[in-house]
Amino acid sequence: MKFHLVLLGMAALFRYAKWRSPEFRSRLANKNIVVQIRTADAKQGRYFNFSNGDITSKSGVHTNPDFALVFKTAAIGARLLMPPIDQLAQIEAMKNFLFHPEGRDEDAVWFAQTVMTAIGARWRVGRKQGDGVTRYCTMTNGGPLFIYVKDGKILRTTPIVFGDDDAEPFTIKARGKTFTPPRKTSLSPHGMNWKAMVYAPNRLLTPLKRVDFDPDGERNIANRGTSGYEPISWDEALDIVAGEIKRMKREHGQGAIAQSNGSHHNWGNIGYYLSAKMRFMNAIGTTEVHHNPDSWEGWYWGALHHWGGSLRVGGGEPFGTIEDCLENAEMIVFWSSNPEATNGIYSGLEGSIRRQWLKQTDIKIVHIDPHLNDTAQFLGGKWIAPRPATSPALALAIAYVWMTEDLYDKDYVATRTHGFEVWREYVLGNEDGTPKTPEWQEAETGVPAKDVRALARAWGSKRTYLAVGGMGNTFGGAARNPTGGQWTRTMVCLIAMQGLGKPGINVGNLQMGVPHDYGFYFPGYADGGISGDLSHTALAVSLYQRMPQLATMNPSTQIIPRLKLPDAIIDGHAEGEVWDARTIEGQFVRAVYPAPGHSPVHMLYRYGNSILGTLSDTNRYVEMYRSPNLEFVVNQSIWDEGDTQFADIILPACTHLERTDIGEWANAGGYGAHFNSQVNHRVIAFQAKCIEPLGESKSDYDIFTAIAERLGLGSYFTEGMRDIDWVKRMFDASDLPSKISWKKFLERGYYVVPPEREELRPATAYRWFAEGRKKDIPEAMPLPGDYTEEFLEGLQTQTSKFEFEASSLKRFKPDDPERPPIAKYSPSWEGPNVEELAARYPLQLITPHARFSFHTQGDGKDSFLNDIKDHRVLIDGYYYWILRITPQDAAARNIAENDLVKIYNDRGAVLCAAHLTARLNPGILHAYESSAVYDPTGEPGKSVERGGCINLLSPARTQMKNAHSMANGLSMVEIEKWDGTTGFVRQAPLTTAQGLGVEAGR
Amino acid sequence: MKKWNLIIDVANCTNCNLCTLALQDEHVTNSFPGYAEEMPKHGHRWIEIQRRERGTPPVTDVAYLPTMCQHCDEAPCISAAPDAIAKRPDGIVLIDPVKSKGRRDIVDACPYGAIWWNEDRQVPQHWFFDAHLLDQGWAEPRCVTVCATNALEAVKVEDAEMEQLIAREQLEPLRPDLDTKPRIHYKNLWRYASCFIAGTVSVERDGVVDCLEGAKVSLLRDGEIVATQNSDNYGDFKIDRLDADGGNYTLSVTAAGYTDPFIELTFAQSTNIGEVRLS
Repeated sequence: MKFHLVLLGMAALFRYAKWRSPEFRSRLANKNIVVQIRTADAKQGRYFNFSNGDITSKSGVHTNPDFALVFKTAAIGARLLMPPIDQLAQIEAMKNFLFHPEGRDEDAVWFAQTVMTAIGARWRVGRKQGDGVTRYCTMTNGGPLFIYVKDGKILRTTPIVFGDDDAEPFTIKARGKTFTPPRKTSLSPHGMNWKAMVYAPNRLLTPLKRVDFDPDGERNIANRGTSGYEPISWDEALDIVAGEIKRMKREHGQGAIAQSNGSHHNWGNIGYYLSAKMRFMNAIGTTEVHHNPDSWEGWYWGALHHWGGSLRVGGGEPFGTIEDCLENAEMIVFWSSNPEATNGIYSGLEGSIRRQWLKQTDIKIVHIDPHLNDTAQFLGGKWIAPRPATSPALALAIAYVWMTEDLYDKDYVATRTHGFEVWREYVLGNEDGTPKTPEWQEAETGVPAKDVRALARAWGSKRTYLAVGGMGNTFGGAARNPTGGQWTRTMVCLIAMQGLGKPGINVGNLQMGVPHDYGFYFPGYADGGISGDLSHTALAVSLYQRMPQLATMNPSTQIIPRLKLPDAIIDGHAEGEVWDARTIEGQFVRAVYPAPGHSPVHMLYRYGNSILGTLSDTNRYVEMYRSPNLEFVVNQSIWDEGDTQFADIILPACTHLERTDIGEWANAGGYGAHFNSQVNHRVIAFQAKCIEPLGESKSDYDIFTAIAERLGLGSYFTEGMRDIDWVKRMFDASDLPSKISWKKFLERGYYVVPPEREELRPATAYRWFAEGRKKDIPEAMPLPGDYTEEFLEGLQTQTSKFEFEASSLKRFKPDDPERPPIAKYSPSWEGPNVEELAARYPLQLITPHARFSFHTQGDGKDSFLNDIKDHRVLIDGYYYWILRITPQDAAARNIAENDLVKIYNDRGAVLCAAHLTARLNPGILHAYESSAVYDPTGEPGKSVERGGCINLLSPARTQMKNAHSMANGLSMVEIEKWDGTTGFVRQAPLTTAQGLGVEAGR
Repeated sequence: MKKWNLIIDVANCTNCNLCTLALQDEHVTNSFPGYAEEMPKHGHRWIEIQRRERGTPPVTDVAYLPTMCQHCDEAPCISAAPDAIAKRPDGIVLIDPVKSKGRRDIVDACPYGAIWWNEDRQVPQHWFFDAHLLDQGWAEPRCVTVCATNALEAVKVEDAEMEQLIAREQLEPLRPDLDTKPRIHYKNLWRYASCFIAGTVSVERDGVVDCLEGAKVSLLRDGEIVATQNSDNYGDFKIDRLDADGGNYTLSVTAAGYTDPFIELTFAQSTNIGEVRLS
């Protein structure tokens, strides 16, 4: 009886939705189908006849329905269909076969999503502004945005200025002053660029097929990158992709399909690559192209061994350091720390506001960087400019001064650290006969010995913050150099000598550590989303319990280390250590491709197009794409740029302004725990579908759904949900419903979590450690089993102490000259010390993360960023990437401002526009990495590139042989005024088997 | 009558370009009848950030100077085209997009170079303080809202109050020589406009060279002391806010126990004289 009533209710719901919801009506428009819901014994049921936009329904069992949803019993059916829907009960019923579909998978998905559309018929998104304008909200990698829309077009985008009903921000009291951030959100430059990005001329608007690619005949693989494209229908494109997925498994077996994405997606917990994409890829079974910890390289492979923090990719604790620095520090040393360029990550200009507070104190400021960077420009202070990749030598000399002049915290070193004596012997020269004096380092770094002594003496006698890397306690900068691991190791050793965690002595650059209410639960993107993956995301920690979902698991255990992907495809063999954040020792495990019994890769499902702009020695990937071993390449992208042009089939995805999602500002979660401590306000956005997808583009979720349906996996992949239904589930799974109604959230678009009450704020990072107490900061790491003494006692290291001599490295490979148990200096293998290299390529090109764009996001695309004078320069109708060079180096080569120059080495040749600057020392060049544009002037890989893909020049070699660690922050090059010739002949080996990675200096 | 003014603090500008990006966001593909035609997607810099590097490593600094229509009370553009350009009661200068059609001469009338020619629409264009938004009740122009470092601040005050603010905050016009009574006021303009003389003082003791803190550095011209400064713990001195007039100067560096060197220099640009080794 109850089953009967519930089905009657469903009929009523459909009638209501048809009256209320245009979206529901449009779903019905072209669908003619009879759907039956019944019991397994066919004794009870109701069928629904959808016909040309009408719905009729009748109690009973239809003789020949198109699709049927069959419940084991009427009681089960009634229980599962009775609103409000209990997700856990539904999922458990699926797993236990308490109901099942009969008919085509795409009809099952259609019907389930139609039911969900009816349930959401009353939802209204956005706030009316009058004059036909609606204001929506979204979240981006560059901060939150209001999106004003009129007539289906984006009118303007703005940051959020908070209203009276939003929470007040935090206030910090320090040095007798009070500091409060403004009641608005800030943006990164690329965050103020979305209108241009959405309407970019190189948006992919239809599915495309390479003109000479025939999946049933000649594939012309060698023409990838040169032959053009023709538009095809979605049906044709999806049939080809689904057909190739099946063929790969049928003809080659498990492992034949590799999938690869960039490190950052459009913002949003549902559409993120760690969410919908992972769910889909696990559903089809793929070889994972395993990421190196790309902006953390030196931290993960280096510092981690001294101070733990594997779950922070080797970075430090963030809490309380803003307040502690402003109140207690007397000096701050920014060491390869340029937060004004990258603003940590994702956080708009929130950190800039706090660093401005620093300017209101008498805290002395020092910057150590080969480039007078943007933070030094902004804050001023003493600039020390070591040669690139030599900072470890400078650090050792500082330690030498402290050791010889008694300028360190001996009590702390005695009680809180381990192995100092061993390191001391090395620093003083008793181990190798070379005292690491300021004079010794001068030959390496070029920094006068007297300056090092002055710095060491000031630092050793003042409470000093070490601002290290873009986030202050990790990230970017010199960590991406060939000596990145050495650098991070020496950095943490220095701060440990001074008493890490004592008042005014810590790591931080005011980028992290805002006193939020961290007890308010909202997940970040790496917390698993809808991935269902309990092994490769943080889903198992919280979200899986809060948002039950069908688990997914990749049936292929084959892994390819990303930096070795060309090896894997061209040579058929690749090895590298996996980034496994769970423990320190996780990184010692080496993955070998091909995995035993697995098929080599023959298909690449490429998601995005950032490889050529962001990885190392990327002409290798150009050759990889043209390898006959790669039978099929599909690329799912928003824009036609970078490596999209090497695909056989291109699937056009829309931006996140054209689909629905949900996300919190700068909340990465998972391996990026507490990244939201960078922003001054915890802002959680309902990321509205502000406009319809442009052209024929679709959301990633809908593309995956359509492919899944062709594989019979649609119901499994979607659980019957549209993207907005997943958003609602995530809303319900978070702490939001206790603070704001769903209806209000949709209308207003965001919620601001009130800051923590002053007396309840998290304690200061490492204070507990300095004072020998149990850990008292709100972070669930390391793993309980990774403590040596009692739970919460000490660091993650074997001795629980800060280890100058790392137990983990001593156990692993104590004789590894590149990564010995203590931090040592070894000159960069890509550097002026390597004579045969320097003789041909005498200039050191440093290539940090870009300032105005976010990796390849925001760059190119004919976007507004092109007009920024320090981003690109318009010459003869073309926007060139910028190469910064000293007047001396320029004069020696007859190069003037805005001349086009060819930068080249054995690996590649790139055109840039020269900008003469006094922000570098002679011999050193500067260009940002991460051009989105890859534009060869002739045949790809065999011609000069003019889009600015600087990473064509960077070394493929890993920082350390025993670590899958990118070292693309520094390249030896020569430059010349461009003579108009376009040819280029690669002289470097292409793969490991051909001799790559054993070039000069190895 | 309260009128609009914009205060620009050069010391706070980081060259993030949020102001120029917000401008493009607002005006590219949007026309606002009565205010402006749409802005060309590229090439127009109604707000332009000028860059100036001073010195040489390791004493280099960089200042950024946002410039735009100065909303002059005695605007040369209005004198040149009184029929097409008006001074609003709130102080904003507005080029009428209809009446100015075809008037390329208006571009040349601005001594600040802040008027841009829209070739496609055949109109002169400028940053008009987002008057279209202010008239709808917006609190400030968009460039101000997006500026995270308080380099830009819009104030709507009586002229008398603004005079007090100018005196109190030591605000300056961009080009006092033009005398156009602009409504854009600059703070810390010296960061962009002035020059410095810097160097570092060291001593050798027992074969070891060290920085010398507390050395007295005096800059003299024609025997008169222009400025003095003590070297810091790195031995560094930087005498700033000077006018590099091309004249001949003398630097005297003195410290107890050391003989004084005199350094002659011609001061035509920001100069880092490098290391001064006392003995």
